Amino acid sequence: MGWLRRLFSRERLEADLDKELRFHFENEVADKVRSGIPESEARRLTRIEFGGIEQIKEDCRERRGTMWLESLLQDLRYALRMFAKSPGFSAIAILTMALGIGATTAIFSLVDATLLHPLPYPHPEELVRIEDDLAGAGTTDAGISIPEFKDLQRSGIFKYVVLQIFGSANLTGLSQPSRMQYEGVSPAYFAMLGVKPQLGQTFDPQDQTPGFTQDVVISNGLWKRAFGSDPHIVGRSLRGDNDLYRVIGVMPPGFRDPGRTVGERNTEQWAALGFEEDPAHRPRRSLRLPLETVGRLKPGLTVAAAQSQLDALVASLRKQFPDDYPADSKWTVRLVPLKENVVGNVRQSLILLLGAVALVLLIGCVNVANLLLARASARSREMAVRQALGAARKRLVRQLLTEGLLLSLLGGLAGLVIVFCMKGFLLRLIPESLPRLNDLSINSTVTLFALAASIAAGVIFGLAPARQAGRLNLVSTLRVEGRGSKGSTEQTRTRRVLVVTEFALSLVLMVAAGLLLRSFWELYKAPLGFNPQHVMSVQLWLPSPNDDKTDIYGTAAQEAVFARELLRRSRLLPGVQEAALGSEPSIPLRHDRNPSPLIVEGRETQSKQPPLVERSQVTPEYFHMLEIPLLRGRLFNDGDDEKAPQVAVINQAMAETYWPGEDPLGKRLKVGRGRAGVGQRASKTWITIVGVIADARTESLANASVPQIYLSLYQETPKELAIFLRGDLNASAIPEEVRATVQSVNPELPVYGAQTLDDAVSASLEQRRFSMEIVAAFAITALLLAALGIYGVISYLVSERTQEIGIRLALGARPGTILQMVLRQGLGLAVAGAGLGLVGSVIVSHLMAGLLYGVMPTDPLTFVGVTLVLTGVAAAACYIPARRAMRVDPMIALRYE
Amino acid sequence: MKNTDDRFDLPQGTLDLLIMRVVALGPIHGYAIAQRIQQISRDALQVQQGSLYPALHRLEYKKLLSSRWKPSETGREAKFYELTSRGRTHLKVETENWTRLTDVVSLIFKGTLEGI
Repeated sequence: MGWLRRLFSRERLEADLDKELRFHFENEVADKVRSGIPESEARRLTRIEFGGIEQIKEDCRERRGTMWLESLLQDLRYALRMFAKSPGFSAIAILTMALGIGATTAIFSLVDATLLHPLPYPHPEELVRIEDDLAGAGTTDAGISIPEFKDLQRSGIFKYVVLQIFGSANLTGLSQPSRMQYEGVSPAYFAMLGVKPQLGQTFDPQDQTPGFTQDVVISNGLWKRAFGSDPHIVGRSLRGDNDLYRVIGVMPPGFRDPGRTVGERNTEQWAALGFEEDPAHRPRRSLRLPLETVGRLKPGLTVAAAQSQLDALVASLRKQFPDDYPADSKWTVRLVPLKENVVGNVRQSLILLLGAVALVLLIGCVNVANLLLARASARSREMAVRQALGAARKRLVRQLLTEGLLLSLLGGLAGLVIVFCMKGFLLRLIPESLPRLNDLSINSTVTLFALAASIAAGVIFGLAPARQAGRLNLVSTLRVEGRGSKGSTEQTRTRRVLVVTEFALSLVLMVAAGLLLRSFWELYKAPLGFNPQHVMSVQLWLPSPNDDKTDIYGTAAQEAVFARELLRRSRLLPGVQEAALGSEPSIPLRHDRNPSPLIVEGRETQSKQPPLVERSQVTPEYFHMLEIPLLRGRLFNDGDDEKAPQVAVINQAMAETYWPGEDPLGKRLKVGRGRAGVGQRASKTWITIVGVIADARTESLANASVPQIYLSLYQETPKELAIFLRGDLNASAIPEEVRATVQSVNPELPVYGAQTLDDAVSASLEQRRFSMEIVAAFAITALLLAALGIYGVISYLVSERTQEIGIRLALGARPGTILQMVLRQGLGLAVAGAGLGLVGSVIVSHLMAGLLYGVMPTDPLTFVGVTLVLTGVAAAACYIPARRAMRVDPMIALRYE
Repeated sequence: MKNTDDRFDLPQGTLDLLIMRVVALGPIHGYAIAQRIQQISRDALQVQQGSLYPALHRLEYKKLLSSRWKPSETGREAKFYELTSRGRTHLKVETENWTRLTDVVSLIFKGTLEGI
């Protein structure tokens, strides 16, 4: 390591070099003196002969081979010294970078976990969702029949094809009954995902057992929650909806189902399900079951190639079974990359956030570049002197770049530290509903990203002053700089361009934030159509065991008794004024939707594939409690029980969709049971419509007119129940009180999911609020940075023109005129920036149209408002230096030079 | 800086060879090397300090030369260079190469190379 030693003995080497050259010099002088030249003349001649002694030294140093490292260290030392000399400047620059890079890194870690690595399984690109479409019936993802599933397995396109059915069950036999999300899957499920259990084993992919097997695999969460991480869990049994299961394996922490909803992703128990016989019926080709189908493609097959093979298969099946696949149904099978489950809904929001934060970083860079330029003008004399003394331009440029890079790397490091320290806080900001299967982490990808961002930022803002230094005209600089310090006109131009850029970028961000804010506001103040105040909902689930003999709530009559008793006891709870019961879908603004097929009397032959509607069951008190007004006919009453003819109440949207221009009262229909009810009875009798209620935003805040149908809970009893309570409620005590009430009727029933409806409303705004708040925070940061930028430039211009202003004042200009002059200059920059920014904003706002609600992408109010705010802030930022200009004392200004 | 017409630029690498040739005669300091080259070449070659010292430092870095500080003829301390064993081998090889090259080049210029 010779070069390393040389590096450390640098001082001795330098002394030696100096001594060696001096020896040579003195000998030359002595020679000349000996030949009769006077000593002073001899010295002068020798000095001329030698040329730049420093240049010779520099050449020698370069030959030593450690030059790159030496000069790097020298540059770093010098840069640190410069930072220490102006701590205010350095702190601002590093802090700006820390915020910019920290925010960018935080958003990137979110993008990394969701968009870049959406599926935490091996070879995720091979995983696809398989959806059957019936374009003729206007239905997509219509479910699959068992023979079709077998066709897919035999097709040679897939390594594995798996059917899934999601649900939830009561977990009993432990100290406290609780609710768990379960999933029935084909035995090849775990083999398909390619994940091994942390304990025990998973299902044998070749297992052909029909129906449910007794073996289940549980999640790490359930293992901890219900079994206290028992290391001997394998072989223990548990009861799910009264059925006995045996645990054969525990999945590792972090394993999640790649489902489409929060509920599906939080599956806690997997049961193997052979879809051969009951409970999935005898296989019939036309019987579409509401199952999810997921597959892993054969290795090396692209989705497009697989799709074309699948199209060929579908074409031949349609020919082979013309009765099952009538031409007018237009049956097709579509492959969707499984990652769409995760990224489909959030891609646009996340890209918007990343774009916004990148803009903030860019504005930060522009600001630091501006600061560096201002300092460079103060240092141009230093640069000129160093060049005159023999420093190569290349070397000076390198030094300025080193300073820039050091600044941004320090900033990046500080940013990473900030992100790391605030990780917990940031995680809490992210809404629960944001789909992700990965945990956020500051991993190597994220760290590398932060490093790359820092380097890019450093180069961006180091380049401007470096370019300037590279172009320095020595003679004129040294001559001019001999007096005060004055930047070149070119430099001033660069700084103006930077400020204009800054304003343009800020305007784009502010318009984006403004549009999101308006969308949020529109949604927020949209009339709900129901009153969530003082209402809480609590959920429970009546078991539906596979063994009918253990089902004590098997019939509507049995369940109605339970429901009436529960209602009676609930009304007695402290503070409760009203109580109602409903099925789970009757809870306003649930995340999961579960539409059911609808058959309208007289139109049943129109298509084999019925349309789907949202349906729920409620007790008569429900509509009054939520204050949803009746428009026509009547609501339910206590007499609408299992003995009376079945009746339904529909909403206005449903009436308009299915009976436009007709009176829906008295019309009859049949409605199925939605996806959750495999093997459950569809309604056999006709249901008569008795009432029409007003539309309410109970399904989605963004859509008031989702067709809905309500059935009487006493006639068609759901397994998944919600208790609604209205009154002066103590939100923290209610869950326990309801639990006690429910368990006083049946101690085996779990109680869960207590929430106030106000919370439900605000939770459904969560994801929008998240994007809006973050973009707004970025926009405000950008605005502040832009204001700082314009303040800096105008102050600089004023200080440069002090003399001129002094002369003007001395010649009789009024201070007001000076103020105007300076303000005009600043506002000119702001307006130019705003003009550019408006063009950018129109492009950006159209790109984010999908994220908007109730507001046009070119909303004039937002555009005008934002432009005014920006101009106002610019005027305020310019006002301070403008006032300073106005107060210039002519005498001092003139004496100054 | 002397810029006379009779001065000519040395081909790349030739200066290194000249320096090593001079140093091969015994330990010698930089000033003397310049003097010696000038003398031997009868003033045709003037080695500039700006070329000499970087070359010396490069050769030292490549471990072809080693250096030592000791009193010079005037009594002042000077940095004396001498060939390392590696430098000696290098010089021998390079000298042979040089001789061969100049022989061939002068043959070509005399136009007696067979086959042309």
